[in-house]
Amino acid sequence: MVIETQGLSKRYGQVVAVEGLELRIEAGEVYGLLGPNGSGKTTTILMLLGLTEPSAGTVRVLGLDPVRAPLSLKKLVGYLPDSVGFYGELTAWENLAYIARLNGLPRAEAEGRMRRVLERMGLAEVADRPVSAFSRGMRQRLGLAEVLLKEPKVVILDEPTLGLDPEAAQAFLEMIRGLKAEGITVLLSSHLLHQVQAICDRVGLFHRGRLVLEGRVEELAQRVLGGAYRIRLEAAPLEGLLERLQALPGVSRVRPEGAALRLEATQDVRPQVARAVLEAGAALHSLTLEQPSLDEVYSHYFQEVRHAA
Amino acid sequence: MRPSPARREGSPWTGVWAVFFKEMADHLSSTRMRILEVLILLSAVGAVYAGARTLRQTVSEDPFLLLQVFTAAQEPLPSFVAFLSFFLPLAAIALGFDAINSEHSRNTLSRVLAQPIYRDALLWGKFLAGLATLALILLALFLLVVGLSLLFLGVPPSTEEVARALLFLLATLAYAGVWLGIALLFSVLFRSAATSALAAIAVWLFFALFWGIIAQLLAQAIAPFDPFQPESELRQAEALLALSRFSPNTLYAEAIQALLNPAVRSLGPVLLTQLQGALLGSPLPLGQSLLLAWPQLTGLIALTLLLFALTYVLFQRREVRA
Repeated sequence: MVIETQGLSKRYGQVVAVEGLELRIEAGEVYGLLGPNGSGKTTTILMLLGLTEPSAGTVRVLGLDPVRAPLSLKKLVGYLPDSVGFYGELTAWENLAYIARLNGLPRAEAEGRMRRVLERMGLAEVADRPVSAFSRGMRQRLGLAEVLLKEPKVVILDEPTLGLDPEAAQAFLEMIRGLKAEGITVLLSSHLLHQVQAICDRVGLFHRGRLVLEGRVEELAQRVLGGAYRIRLEAAPLEGLLERLQALPGVSRVRPEGAALRLEATQDVRPQVARAVLEAGAALHSLTLEQPSLDEVYSHYFQEVRHAA
Repeated sequence: MRPSPARREGSPWTGVWAVFFKEMADHLSSTRMRILEVLILLSAVGAVYAGARTLRQTVSEDPFLLLQVFTAAQEPLPSFVAFLSFFLPLAAIALGFDAINSEHSRNTLSRVLAQPIYRDALLWGKFLAGLATLALILLALFLLVVGLSLLFLGVPPSTEEVARALLFLLATLAYAGVWLGIALLFSVLFRSAATSALAAIAVWLFFALFWGIIAQLLAQAIAPFDPFQPESELRQAEALLALSRFSPNTLYAEAIQALLNPAVRSLGPVLLTQLQGALLGSPLPLGQSLLLAWPQLTGLIALTLLLFALTYVLFQRREVRA
């Protein structure tokens, strides 16, 4: 177990930021801490790093207590804060050199590592330019370069794709996926669920300081959405199709959506659906199986919560 | 093995030199420093010019000619010492007012604190870098003044003069440390650099202009002057002195008065009876002058440490997130 928390809570006066958090993250996992802004993600991350003291509960990261052994912990854990900032008047190289010195790396070793991480993040050509001229995407990559500088075992990324254009965000997520291949455990937080769901092995959904849902994306979809398979079907004419499809075994729900139908099923029923459509004498225009998206899981879950309340 | 719960792991000094050298490099290459350098040059030339003009008019023999350069004033130019006590607080504030809050506003604080260092190291590194920069400024200024006065006056200083001048330098550094401490404290206290600068300058103005007046009013209230009791006048003078010593400016002024003027024998009111048998005007030896300035010197250093400790406590409790 790389990251383990028990009953972790943080209160600011009356305000509860995090409550009773039980987090377990295995070595080599990519774990997504997801939820809206202000749901306790950043507070959790700061507690994992020992930058904020918990009000209650315990934290172990790599078996170390962040409050008691912060130095050896921070040698092994890389942290990329949201809205990462650099010293604008210094160059990328100088910024990294400062961090290398703070880590106590010997000069020769530090220079080798700095060259490697800048190369890897595609920043080698701009290494001698002041960071104030960097774009948001370059800053983010420089941030990741700095995290990799200490050759960490665990990397914690807070909102890594925030403020990046879709292309840069995708490229950045690709780099994070590359960390997993090296056996680095990654914990990332985000409120952009659809962006990160592709790279996370497991996700935990936060709501008002509590971890309300946890598991693999497909698992969550199964649990929350009922039918894990969602099929979108375009056919004409639609008359009579709805009842016919409803009667198919395995189909839990059918609902019209403009000129299309949306099916929820417990298994992949596409062949049966196709046959039913043809048997009804309609023309089949398209038939697609949709991946369940985390956004749906999330909004669906909170609709239920609100209804229950 | 887990370390015992009472003790922190590792040394709080880890990384302090990395911070120190980075901050020092920042200070030395900053625009602020360019401005301070111009001020140094102007003040040194002005001080020596004023001092030399005054001294050339005196014909009597003086064994402490160099020290006179520091203290002699020629209208409209202030003396070197008066200039320093005015200029140094501003220089210290300029170097320290945005030490911590600028890390906040640039979003670099959480990144730096995520490195294997304690918060102490960041604070110490910044404080020491500011102090070292001030020491550098002071030393440059001092050497300029000494060098120029050698050229202008053509009289080499004696060993005691050099020793006194160096002690004066040390006292000045302690005085600058107080203001650096105030600036650093405000840089932790206020999130905005502009507010912090304004607050530090307000404190400086308070002590430079208003505290003297307030001390006088307070002294009159505490120990009212009674024309039928001559002793009450002494009590009022003593109360005034005690009150005005709350100001670092007073402490500094008294300390350098004792150090630079060997004829000074007391920093408080002296009764005529206490002067019996004293050879007025004869200089005190260096050790005695130092003894005279000792409470003021320790006061300045203690004030610096107190301010630093307060800053430290506040910074430890500060949340990292913006």
